Amino acid sequence: MTLTLGHFLTLGAMLFAIAVIGIFLNRRNLIVLLMAIELMLLAVNMIFVAFSHYLGDMHGQVFVFFILTVAAAESAIGLAILVLLFRNKSSINAEDLNTLKG
Amino acid sequence: MDAKTAFFYLFALVLLVSAFRVVTARNPVHAVLNLILAFSQAAAIWLLLKAEFLAIALVLVYLGAVMVLFLFVVMMLDIRIDALRQGFWKHFPLAAFIGVLIVFEMGMVLMGGFSSIDEAKAIPAMVLNAAGQPEPYSNTKELGRLLYTEYLYPVEIAATILLVAMIAAIALTLRKRKDSKAISPSEQIRVRSTDRVRLVKVAATRAPQVEAQGTGDAGAPAQETKA
Repeated sequence: MTLTLGHFLTLGAMLFAIAVIGIFLNRRNLIVLLMAIELMLLAVNMIFVAFSHYLGDMHGQVFVFFILTVAAAESAIGLAILVLLFRNKSSINAEDLNTLKG
Repeated sequence: MDAKTAFFYLFALVLLVSAFRVVTARNPVHAVLNLILAFSQAAAIWLLLKAEFLAIALVLVYLGAVMVLFLFVVMMLDIRIDALRQGFWKHFPLAAFIGVLIVFEMGMVLMGGFSSIDEAKAIPAMVLNAAGQPEPYSNTKELGRLLYTEYLYPVEIAATILLVAMIAAIALTLRKRKDSKAISPSEQIRVRSTDRVRLVKVAATRAPQVEAQGTGDAGAPAQETKA
């Protein structure tokens, strides 16, 4: 039995689904929400790399490179906002963020 | 089943289990550590896919920098977990249903559209370099050539995004300590004598045999004029 593209696509889909389940379960915990977003990006990157390998096209890997860049920037700013939030509200509960009454 | 397939199943199993532990862990520190494990397994799977540069970049950039940042933030915050865990499993049936739905749909679309591809396109063992001479194929070299020719402007935009993110993160979390005793040179230079010395007119005191009045603010750094 040899590895096919389907193996990697299925793995990516399962990883993405686990991240979605994580977002549902941790509706209040902002840190774990950020981690679930990281997992989603990892799943997408996995599918990009798999396609890049099986189609023999390097452009997919270039795209993964840019996704990694943006994800790093996103998590840096996200964590900075999280620290600021904790400093002001002493809580990272997403349900405490109701100042805007949205 | 060859060794490559066996390794794929091993890495995929550890990856999925640790990803599940990330989203269900009670302690956020355990969640971050499981996330580190998940990313390292993903890097191993990318090595199986012959994407060496990205695998190593994932380990260096993600495990080395971003995850350590997560770990620092998690350890810095004093989080009360019980309030955050309230009703944790209440929505699990809905979440599991949606997760299965996503896997099913993605499986349908991806497997249906791409099931014909089961053999990776062969990577040439030797490629021609710029001078027209053959040299061994290198994933890193190939990626670098693409990045710095075809994707030059996107690379620069990505660099700008990183710079903006760095400045934003610093600007957001920067704060002045209230109890800081640091000196401010510009204030020191700009000071005038009237800011430091206060001249106070004090009424002349009476003769000493009379009951002495309060001597006034002796502790204040003021020059008093004697009448």
